[in-house]
Amino acid sequence: MTAVKPAVVAASKLGLTFQTNDGPVQALSNVDLTIGKGEFVSFIGPSGCGKTTFLRVIADLEKPTSGSITINGMTPEQAREKRAYGYVFQAAALFPWRTIERNVALPLEIIGLPKAEQAARIKRTMELVNLAGFEKKYPWQLSGGMQQRASIARALAFEADLLLMDEPFGALDEIVRDHLNEQLLQLWAATDKTICFVTHSIPEAVYLSTRIVVMSPRPGRVTDVIESTLPRERPLDIRETPEFLAIAARVRDGLRAGHSYED
Amino acid sequence: MDTLRSKIIPVTTILLIIVAIWYVGAVAMNAPFQRDMDSRNNATPGTMEFIGKTLAQPKPTLPAPHQVAQNFFENTFTRKITSNRSLVYHAWVTLSSTLLGFAFGTVLGIVIAVGIVHVTTLDRSLMPWIIASQTIPILAIAPMVIVVLAAVGITGLIPKALISTYLSFFPVAVGMVKGLRSPELMHLDLMHTYNASRSQTFWKLRVPASVPFLFASMKVAVAASLVGAIVGELPTGAVAGIGAKLLAGAYYSQTIDIWSALVAGSVVAALLVALVGLAGRLVDRAMGGRPA
Repeated sequence: MTAVKPAVVAASKLGLTFQTNDGPVQALSNVDLTIGKGEFVSFIGPSGCGKTTFLRVIADLEKPTSGSITINGMTPEQAREKRAYGYVFQAAALFPWRTIERNVALPLEIIGLPKAEQAARIKRTMELVNLAGFEKKYPWQLSGGMQQRASIARALAFEADLLLMDEPFGALDEIVRDHLNEQLLQLWAATDKTICFVTHSIPEAVYLSTRIVVMSPRPGRVTDVIESTLPRERPLDIRETPEFLAIAARVRDGLRAGHSYED
Repeated sequence: MDTLRSKIIPVTTILLIIVAIWYVGAVAMNAPFQRDMDSRNNATPGTMEFIGKTLAQPKPTLPAPHQVAQNFFENTFTRKITSNRSLVYHAWVTLSSTLLGFAFGTVLGIVIAVGIVHVTTLDRSLMPWIIASQTIPILAIAPMVIVVLAAVGITGLIPKALISTYLSFFPVAVGMVKGLRSPELMHLDLMHTYNASRSQTFWKLRVPASVPFLFASMKVAVAASLVGAIVGELPTGAVAGIGAKLLAGAYYSQTIDIWSALVAGSVVAALLVALVGLAGRLVDRAMGGRPA
């Protein structure tokens, strides 16, 4: 199925070794992965499995030490210079001295878009993440969930086809997280973006993804890739269906096979 | 109510304790001279009369608080402000060179900090010299600055202001280096993903992030500037300014004058620090700061 679609991310024998004071640490080893256009791929695994590192390699925030990776056929650096992706961090990382709309405008100012185009994009993305009416607020005036939505709006305003999300909802409570997961799926359906999503929540990964990449630490590697059989339309209560639970069980098996449950 | 309990009462209590200690000290320190005078005049005052006399000497070793207060009041409010007996006049002379030196120092400090943050060579080479510059006693440098500049024809406000600059650029430079380096890694990564240029990262991230650091260091710098201006007035032949007033008081043993000039200096310092603090709060509010 993925072979037909053009590859957005193509990694081959990708490896990354950090030199630390305690000797080299293999954050990624031999990662082979192709992500097609329009996919929603989740990366799941315990801390140290390299899932965030892999995302940072795609974003050109880390340089791989072996193997190769291309983004839309370009090197990560070229892709970054072409502004091929939007990145959402673990924390909202909004600038506290800017209002929400000025925060969303930040990447647009940096590209140098005309003011009118900026205003139009801000309006559009603020509506996409349901934050219309909060444009003039400062980050501290918003709840954690709203701040993270603002940071998603900021990444969307970029209008890149690829969205990289690094545990974006990790710091939020479960109720807010459910709500944002649902909104994220709607947004994905509405925009047809390719999304790479790092998480350590099994239900979140299964609920969101078309494909789940299970990873293991020491060295960081891919142990299993699970295609989701769930339909694209996913109400929240799909999580009680046997089909959902079967996929979740496979993810758990994958984690166990990678010794992720051992000390 | 809260400010009364949390600020006014504790501060007033300490003030009263200081004044009480000051009175005791004044009586103790002025007593030997008073005893000497009394024995020359064959006077035998009672205890209360003796204490009263120690607190009313024209040139006491340690003037009593009310003597300083009276002198300060007279020389601040009852003299024409153009008179060279007016403390307002002297405070203004000192204030003008303080402000000029503070402005120079702030600009210089910011320029140095920007250089240090952006050029690795400057970081390695300049920082030790900046720190070393502050270990040299200002009292030793000040007369040389005044003399050297006078030799090349620069006199008046500028040499004094330069001494203020010398003292005030340091806290600003150190504070701004810290401030410009204060953005979190995540914010820097964010700018990197946008492929932002160095100048965009500087203006849109480093500068706004450094503003609180700037005002904190400016508070220290403005107080240091005032010290610099006063020290700069001492070797100039003491024509005008709070420093001159201190020196003249010392020449003529006008201890009360010295103390009221000191009070004037403290008032100016407090006003300057409060003004910088207020400006900092206003800027913080304008930048969306959470009201405390």
